[in-house]
This record gives sequence, C-alpha cells and structure tokens, in this order.
Amino acid sequence: MSRPTKQIHLAAHFPGVNNTTVWSDPAAGSQIEFSSFAHLARAAERAKFDFFFLAEGLRLREQNGRIHDLDVVGRPDTFTVLAALAAVTERLGLAGTINSTFNEPYEVARQFASLDHLSAGRAAWNVVTSWDAFTGENFRRGGYLAEQDRYERARRFLHTAWELFDSWRGDEIVADKDTGQFLGEPRPGAFAHHDSFFDISGQFNVPRSPQGRPVIFQAGDSDAGREFAASSADAIFSRHSTFEDGQAFYADIKGRLAKFGRRPDQLVVLPAATFVLGDTDAEARERAEVIRHQQVSGATAILFAEQLWNRDLSAYDPDGPVPEVDPLPGENTISKGRASVRMFDDRLATARRWRELGEAKKLSLREVVIEVTGRQSFIGSAATVAETINRFVQEDASDGFILVPHIVPGGLDEFADQVVPLLQERGVFRAEYTGTTLREHLGLELPG
Amino acid sequence: MTPRPPLHLALALDGAGWHPAAWREPRARTAELLDARYWTDLVQEAERGLLDFVTIEDSLGLQSDRLDGPDARTDRVRGRLDAVLIAARVAPLTSRIGLVPSIIAGHTEPFHISKAIATLDYVSSGRAGVRVRAGSGGAEADLFGRRQIPGITAADLDRPEVVALITELFDEAADYVEVVRRLWDSWEDDAEIRDVATGRFVDRDKLHYIDFEGRWFSVRGPSIVPRPPQGQPLVTVLGHGTVPYRLGARQGDVVYVTPRDADDARRIVEEVRAEQAAAGRGDETVHVFADLVVHLADSTAQAADNRARLDERAGAPQGSDALIVAGTPGELADLLLDWQAAGLSGYRLRPATIPHDLEGITRGLVGELQSRGAFRTAYEAATLRGLLGLPRPANRYAAAAAGSTAAV
Repeated sequence: MSRPTKQIHLAAHFPGVNNTTVWSDPAAGSQIEFSSFAHLARAAERAKFDFFFLAEGLRLREQNGRIHDLDVVGRPDTFTVLAALAAVTERLGLAGTINSTFNEPYEVARQFASLDHLSAGRAAWNVVTSWDAFTGENFRRGGYLAEQDRYERARRFLHTAWELFDSWRGDEIVADKDTGQFLGEPRPGAFAHHDSFFDISGQFNVPRSPQGRPVIFQAGDSDAGREFAASSADAIFSRHSTFEDGQAFYADIKGRLAKFGRRPDQLVVLPAATFVLGDTDAEARERAEVIRHQQVSGATAILFAEQLWNRDLSAYDPDGPVPEVDPLPGENTISKGRASVRMFDDRLATARRWRELGEAKKLSLREVVIEVTGRQSFIGSAATVAETINRFVQEDASDGFILVPHIVPGGLDEFADQVVPLLQERGVFRAEYTGTTLREHLGLELPG
Repeated sequence: MTPRPPLHLALALDGAGWHPAAWREPRARTAELLDARYWTDLVQEAERGLLDFVTIEDSLGLQSDRLDGPDARTDRVRGRLDAVLIAARVAPLTSRIGLVPSIIAGHTEPFHISKAIATLDYVSSGRAGVRVRAGSGGAEADLFGRRQIPGITAADLDRPEVVALITELFDEAADYVEVVRRLWDSWEDDAEIRDVATGRFVDRDKLHYIDFEGRWFSVRGPSIVPRPPQGQPLVTVLGHGTVPYRLGARQGDVVYVTPRDADDARRIVEEVRAEQAAAGRGDETVHVFADLVVHLADSTAQAADNRARLDERAGAPQGSDALIVAGTPGELADLLLDWQAAGLSGYRLRPATIPHDLEGITRGLVGELQSRGAFRTAYEAATLRGLLGLPRPANRYAAAAAGSTAAV
C-alpha cells in the first residue's frame, strides 16, 4: 500500500548565541543589525520556506560567575524584529519565542494579535517556560516559580491567551459612517479569567486577527513538555534530528494526540537541523570538519567540559587528554542561563565515556568535544541533502525541518539556491506559495 | 539679530484622527485602521513633510472617554494595535523620520521595553524614541491582575489621596525610565570585539550590571541588546501639571505640554525649567513642545465649519486636554511662531482628521513655515537625536569605568 507523498515544511532559524554560530569567519556579519535579519528572511522567502524563526534571551549567560564571552553575546527583542521583518517579506511566516514565565498573558496576547494584523496573518508563538531565579533577577516577578509548576503555568498562560484572542469574534466592528455606529455591541472583547495563576478581567483591545490565533509552537522535550505540545500546540520544535531518534519521537508525539481528541495532521513535527553543502559529498565532509573546529575552539572545549564537570577546568589544556579528575555532583553552579546543562543527568558516567573515547581514538579534549557535541545533521552535495531530507519526511522521522545555518547573514543562501530547487523538482516542496497565512502554509485549520 | 532657533514638529497619530467623529469623514480609511498599509502611508506622508517624528498612541485597555475604564460607547473608534509593533513595522519603509510609540510603565516590564526600544533603534538605524505613560488603576490594573490600584475618575483629580496616588504612579514611571536608560547603557559601544586570537566575542569588562533596586522592581541587567545606535533613544512625556513635568524634567528629552495661550506656555516652560534645574539637569537640552489639536482649511471659515460639522456629528463639542485650533495653515504658522517666543522649541500636532488635517500639516503648514524660513527644507541629520539637536550621550558606565581607572 502506498501512502500519498508528504509535502515538506521548511523554516529558517536565525543563528543565535550557541557556539554553533560561527562569528570568527571573515564572512560572518552582524548579529544585531537589521540587515542580517532581513537577509536571512528574504533568502527564506525566495526559497518559499514556511517561516522564519527567532529565539529570545532574557539574561546573558554566565560561566564561573562571569558573563560568557566566547560565543555570540547579544540579541534583539523578538516582537520588534518580527514586526520589522513583516515589512520586507510578504508571505513568510514569522515565528518567535516568548517566555510564559516572565510575561503576562494580556500583554503577550495583544502583541501577538498585533503582529498577526501587521503581517496579515503570519504570526507564530513558540511558548517556552522558565523558572530560574537567575533570569528572574531582570523582572518584576523575580524567580519564584517551582520547577514542577512551570508547565502548568505555561498551559494556563496559553489557555488564557486563547480566551483573549477569542474574545473578539471578528464581526464586532460595523464602522457605518452614515449611522455613526462603529461597534455593533457595547462590550467587545469582554473576558474574565480566574485560576490559581491568573486572575484577570476586562475588555481585550485588539480585534480578532487574520489567523484568529497565532500558530502555537512548543519546544520542550520532557514528558510534561510533550503532553503540553500534544494537547495545545500546532507545531513542535524538536531536537530529534537523527533518523532513528526522529522516528521514535514522531511516533511518540503523534501517538499522544488521540487522547486530546486531535488528529495526527493537527501537529506538525519540525526538528531543528544543521547542514553543510559541497559540490561533492567528500567536499561537504571536509567543510563540515572545518566548521566544527570553528565552532569548538580550545577555550570553548574547556567551557563545555566545565558544564559537565561542574568545576573550574581552566588549568587544563584543551589539546591534552580528557581530565582525570571527576565531575562534582549536585546542583550545577558553574553555568547559568542555559537549558543545555540539565541534559547531563549522570555526570560521572558521561565523563567516563568521554575519557574512554579519548583513549580509544587518541583524541584530545577538544576533539572529544567536537565528536560528542553533535555533527551537523545533513552533510553532502545538494542532491544528497535533498534526498536525505525527503527520506526523513516520507518515512516519518519528521514533517520537515527548522534549519539553523552556522553563519549570519548568508548561511541559508546555498541551501535556498541549490537544495530547494531539487525538492521542488521532486514535487515534495512548494514551488510557489499557495496561501497567504502561516496556518495555510502549514496545512493547519483556522481556529473556530 | 540672533537667528531664530529651529522649530520642531511632531505628528501625533491615533486611529482616524483626534476628533471622535473623524472616522466618519468621507476620506477616512476606517476599515484599514488595523492594517500595516494604513500606518505606513501616514508615516511616509509625515516623512515627506520633513517632520521630526511621529508619536503613536497606545493604551493597555480599550479606548474610552473615561479615565477609569471602558465606556461602552459604540459610536467611536475602539480597538487598536500595539504601538511599538506598529513603529517597528513602519521602520524599514521609512528612512529619516523619528518613530516614537507610547508605552505604559505601570504593569509592564522595564527590561522588555528597554530591549524593544533598543531594537526599534536598530531596525530604524537610530530613529527610535518612546513616549512613557504612567500606569493607571482600576480597569487597567485588572487586565494584569497583579495588584489592586483604585480607579481614578475625572471628578476625583483634586482629592488629596488621588493626588498622592498619581504621584506614586509617576514615581514608579521615573524608576521605570531609570531602568530602561541604564539598560541602554549597560553595554559600552565597543563591547563587541570579535577577537579571534583569544576567542572572545565580547569584552565582558564593557558589559555592566545595572543593579537597580527600587520600591516596585529590581533589575540586575545587563541588557541582552547591545547599546542602541543613538546610545539613548528619545524619551518623551506628556504632562498637564507639576507631577508629570517633574518626570519629564528628571528623565525626558521632550516634554509635551498643553498651554491655552502664549502666557500659559511661558509659565509652563518656566515650571519645567525649574524642575529641570532641581533635577540637576539644568545644562542639558530638554525640549518643551506644546500639543495642539488642529483643523486646517484654505479659509478660516471653512476650518471652523469643518470643526462644527464634526462636533455636530459627534453630538457634542470635542473635549480635549490640548487646545483645539481651527484655521488656515498661515494662521497656525502665526500661532506656532508666536508661542515659540515663549520658550517652546516645538509642537506635537494632533490632526483632528486623517488624512485631511494630516495633509494640512505636511503640505499646508510645512510649506507656510518653510516660506518664512522657519522650518527645514531637507532632513539635516540621520538620527532622531540629531534632528532634535541632541548629542549622542556618553555612556554612564564607560565614564565610571574610565574614572575608576584614572583613580588607580
């Protein structure tokens, strides 16, 4: 039995503050000037991508009690950049991360509804949660939230925002110049929401936007995060970009939908993925190796090791062996402001694996870090990469990818010019936009 | 004879115009008030008129004729978009005019607003400003549900406990602007070094914690956004009395005021200058602009007719905090130049209707002022601060760092 061919969804992620963004290359441009954001967005729109994606930061990262200075530092405000990009693109979706802990539903709802109006229906919200007191030091609310409460707050936050989006049906404005009646009713946008997190009431002041509600993304990977996505999100931004991992995640997350009364096509699964192209597969592999060394300098390797070891390793030589000293147990006090440090659940065992890898392959600490921190997802000629991406999608390892270039602003250009035409020739990626809203690009229905 | 100081003109944008019946005018684009095209067209027209900047009105709650919450009226424009996002949406499609959205200091986060306006400064290449509104109580506070603040009605404004509350709300706004401004300075201009030899992207000694601790919030910093192109985007405040004048004098670059005549303007300017001196800013430029609602036509009688017709359609004469002027561009030019002598350096004009009175400003008034040599004939600077004759300020933390080095 043959299944219908799936259409691939593609998005462009503006490279952020991880070490994977190469700033030292002569071709690396500004991480803050608007021209860099416009360049990437225009490349994505030229290639008929579904959307542009921008992450956010709310506190500069620290290591050993000092501001982390080896990776890109500094990024813009999400809403402001997305609204400006709406002026230099026409169809491209505009997705941004906005934290549900250090914001209030009323304000976020009016910002997303405004963005949806100003982009004629292209807004998307990646709902993330946070609980740390470190980030809270920049906000009125502070860092009060218990870790176990963060998804509950996120869920309530999102449902409260939906009540606000839905508080205008779309037919309230009559605007009859002759009779002088502007509103068809005296209290449009009336709402009242009371739960243990939010106790708000009044009239929402942004009339219903073109998409009704922005497209909702969710990125958390824990069981609670997956449940939140299955119950509430339109798309999931996952980390599972290898084939086997991707298939397992895809089956898991799509399998969770039925209990929330949802169909598999109502949640789009989009892993983040990186890529390196070359004229041949061999050339692409060589370039990938060079890029990996740009991404992991000796100093960056030491910092990575410190996040795992949870102790100062500045006396160690990155070109020497993996440190013999054991990691410190307990709460990570070395690195603040990044989610990734929580991924090392068993530090002793992980450190042991690093040592064994170094000894077996005769690798320095830096080379071990390069080895274990993940290779690029897709490496090869345009034909190889197009074929691989299509296989992932057709065999349900994903519905498409959120591509993260390694360099700003030109990092997507080769992909747009070389890989996308091959996908279009295969008939698995749109040659022209058929809709105007992001919901249409993603095959999602308008909310009722 | 000393040359006349430059006259500055700002345009206040709000919905279909400032008259409550403006949306019923034949040329009003009433169905487009929530569309990007509408706002782009208005700001581009203002830019063709060489105006210094536009302000964009905003409120957290639904527009209302009441101070304490929605009014349930169905005959006026209701519903609006976030002003910062409108400004950002327009920025790439304009090149010289300043963009000054309103923000509400009560309830919102100074960290978020600081990075939003800094980013607006990047997307506009140095044309960002902000108009800071103090928070209010009642229905506005209920939208956030974080704290109870009593609502204020127009009849209460002179009661002592209401005066105390308003003073408190403006004190909070002053703290808010202090945090916003410190965050703008929390990166030194040359903090980004991209030093390949040492692998360092920034010189972290040039990033600064702001460590603000106040009654309403504490903010540690630094900002996540590098120092904006202007260093400090423009901060503006509208005031009708001593309490807001004090906020403007302490934290503002432009204070909008609402005099009834030239003598009133002179008295208000003196009061703002006194507050400015008390705040220790006597040697800094703080512009005082008068707000005026304007009806413009080719003849005085026609302008008066327009106003009367709009008032009749609205069912009552327009209420306004600012003086309403109806006349020809020449008469308005006379008034602006007359009041300028009282110490005002500019005006924020509120077009009664859009596009009619907006074009009356950008085409009629501007041409009239130019013919008298009283207004620019080309943009003379690339940044908003530059247009207003404000220098790019030194970074407070860089100065402190240099001072401590010198002391060693």
